[in-house]
Amino acid sequence: MIRPLIRIARQLAALAVTVILGGVLTAALVRNSPGFDSDERLMDVRLDAQSRAAILAERAADHDVLRFYTRYVNAMFHGDWGVSSSLNTPVRELIRSRLPVTAEIMAIGLAGGWILAFAFALAAVRGSWWSRLGGTLSVVLLSVPSAALAVLIFTARGPIRAIVALILFPRLFDYLRNLLADAYARPHILTAQAKGLGPMRILLCHVMPVCAPQFLALAGISASMAFGAAIPVETLCDLPGIGQLAWKSALARDLPVLVSLTMLITLLTQACNAVSDWTSSGLKGARP
Amino acid sequence: MKSPRIVGAVFLAILVAVSFGAGLFPKYSYSAQYREFTDAAPSLRFPLGTDDLGRDRFARLLYATRVSLLFAAAASLGALLLAALLGGIAGYWGGWCDRLLKRGIDLMLSLPWLFLLLAARAVLPLNASPVTSLIVTYALLALLGWASPARVVRAGVRSFRDSEFVLQARAEGLSEIRILIRHVLPNLRPILLAQFWTSIPVFILTEANLGFLGLSAGEPFPTWGSLLRDLQSPLFLHAEAFAPVIAIALSVCCFRLLSPRGGVQA
Repeated sequence: MIRPLIRIARQLAALAVTVILGGVLTAALVRNSPGFDSDERLMDVRLDAQSRAAILAERAADHDVLRFYTRYVNAMFHGDWGVSSSLNTPVRELIRSRLPVTAEIMAIGLAGGWILAFAFALAAVRGSWWSRLGGTLSVVLLSVPSAALAVLIFTARGPIRAIVALILFPRLFDYLRNLLADAYARPHILTAQAKGLGPMRILLCHVMPVCAPQFLALAGISASMAFGAAIPVETLCDLPGIGQLAWKSALARDLPVLVSLTMLITLLTQACNAVSDWTSSGLKGARP
Repeated sequence: MKSPRIVGAVFLAILVAVSFGAGLFPKYSYSAQYREFTDAAPSLRFPLGTDDLGRDRFARLLYATRVSLLFAAAASLGALLLAALLGGIAGYWGGWCDRLLKRGIDLMLSLPWLFLLLAARAVLPLNASPVTSLIVTYALLALLGWASPARVVRAGVRSFRDSEFVLQARAEGLSEIRILIRHVLPNLRPILLAQFWTSIPVFILTEANLGFLGLSAGEPFPTWGSLLRDLQSPLFLHAEAFAPVIAIALSVCCFRLLSPRGGVQA
């Protein structure tokens, strides 16, 4: 009972350390970005010497690197994610309004990619023709840049929201096919087949429990893959999501948005991986 | 060598020869403008037509092929050196060094590459020259691409760490650094070679996506990624604008055919 708790506490501590490290790194990114020391208020000719001195004194506080990092990371953990320099809107508001769009694209992409990859992988295990077809499709899709794939589907008036699924499919197919092939070759499954159990029963009762831990680990990674794929898709199709926001911020050198997004994505990805780790280790422990 | 690998090798050799050979002819300049032929359709003079600035698309594609293949290979080599160094140290000495690297690898592998590259690329000054931006882009790829090969190298080094020839070398009084560099790492050559061939297509595709988003080399320098920017206005698309996509897809396929089994993808 105590061992799993220690394991969870250790993983939570690692997660916290990663997020704090991410915060310090992003603060370093802001601190060393071009134009950090300039303040456009100083260009206002209406300001007198006293006001200019006050602004300079305010900026001087940021020259103490340690104090700057502490203040920046502290503000971030208190929900003050700063204001976008290019869109002049609080970063938190920007992320809140765009998150549902990306979440929808990712959810459809993940569901579609997994269904497609699992169906092809299952068929590939049973027949070499399907294996060859899935393999060819996977190689072709892997060889085309995701941005170009998005353009092709967009130009052909295909389903825009399914693009992420097509990008994920080849990345999942190879793993799933190998995992399923390995599971179907196990002696207890061969015995079950020899005893005449139905294919669905073998899949659900014997193959899935064997593969579940690896599937869960892959699920954690595929969420990160889906976000990476969403960036060019949102940019090309003008979908107002987090990916498009990241791209626009990169072009505008809008570091407050980029650092907040980096923190958020690090946290979400690490949390996803931690959850899939816990679940898969739980399943491994439960298996006789 | 099996036949698919021969096909891949021959195609890549032809691609490299043509792209490098084209540089010998002054006609094929990537920046020369033919202002009276802007947006021209394919013809004998311009096999892939011209772009909106009157530049020969075919010449630019050949130059981009040279740049992308050369820099992707260089980035792959850079990533591999970093992976060999870090993975070798962590795998050989173990302890906190190994735990730290493992944590770092997990973090690097779980974060979306494209997003990391967007964030890192944004820190660069706006007035970077085209060549600088190109070098920086591929250097970033090398810096972010070490994680996957490092994991493989670490596992390989760990398997050799307690092998008999290492024990014998240790008994003969060789220093640990010498054992690692002269005895362990050379045994990992097949793994490193597999990783090298596997990383090149990954870097080519990542640069293509970055270039499409306008974050690779600046104008007028062509790379496969920057040529893909022509696809950004889908309403005015010509078939010849897809030529870089075909070049990328074919070369990535060839690299995948060439890469030995066992290469882990980034």
